[in-house]
Amino acid sequence: MELTRRSVLQLGAGILVVASVPLKAFAAGEDLIESFTGGADIAEGGVTLTAPEIAENGNTVPIEVDAPGASEILVMAMGNPTPNVATFKFGALSASHSASTRIRLAGTQEVVAIAKMQDGSFARASATVKVTIGGCGG
Amino acid sequence: MADGVKPRVKVPKTASAGDTITIKTLISHKMESGQRKDGDGNVIPRSIINRFTCDFNGQNVIDITLEAAISTNPYFEFQAIVPEAGEFKFTWYDDDGSVYEETKEISVS
Repeated sequence: MELTRRSVLQLGAGILVVASVPLKAFAAGEDLIESFTGGADIAEGGVTLTAPEIAENGNTVPIEVDAPGASEILVMAMGNPTPNVATFKFGALSASHSASTRIRLAGTQEVVAIAKMQDGSFARASATVKVTIGGCGG
Repeated sequence: MADGVKPRVKVPKTASAGDTITIKTLISHKMESGQRKDGDGNVIPRSIINRFTCDFNGQNVIDITLEAAISTNPYFEFQAIVPEAGEFKFTWYDDDGSVYEETKEISVS
C-alpha cells in the first residue's frame, strides 16, 4: 500500500478513536460518583472493600464491602462497559452495614466503593483486581 | 425469564432477642448482561434481577440495586438484628416484571 496523505490521516483518526474508548468508560465512572455524592468531598477511609488481588475468572469475583455508620454503599468497576455494579442501602435492622456478593469484571481494573454516611459525608475505598479471563462474553 | 428461577435462603431457626445473625441468599438466574452476542452477532438483550430487598416484620434490613455486573445466580451475604420472633421476607425483582418471594420464620429463645 502506498503511503498517501489520506491514508496517514485515516490511520491517525483510527488511533484516536481507539485511545479514547477507555477514557470514555473512566469518565462514565466519574459521572456516576458525581451524581451519587452531588459533588461533595470524599474522604479516604471509613469504608472497607475486600476483593481478591488476582481473580482467575472475571465472571465471579467475590467482593465484600463494610462501612460502619453508612446508609448507602455504591460499588463500581471502573473498567467495565457499564461501571455501575450495585448499590447497597442499609435499613433499620441491618446489623453491621456490610455485605458480600459476587461480581463480573471485564478485565484487570480498579473496583471502587463509595459509602454515604448517616451524617451525609462520603468515604471511598478502592482495590485493584487482576483478572485472567474477562467476564463480559464477546 | 420466569422459568428455572429458584430462590434459596439460609437463616438460623432460632436466635436470642437482639442478636445479630448472618443471612445468605442465592437465586438461580442467568443475569444476561446485555453485553454478550449470540452466534449471529446479535446482541442478547439484557435480562437481570435489578433489585433485592430483605425485610423483617415490615422493617427494612437491606435494599440492593443490582446492575448487569452482578454475577450469574446473584448471591448476597449480610447481617441483620433480630429484635423479636417473626418473619424475614426476601423479594427479588426481575427486569421482565416478575417478582420472586421467599419467607423464613425465626423464633426467639
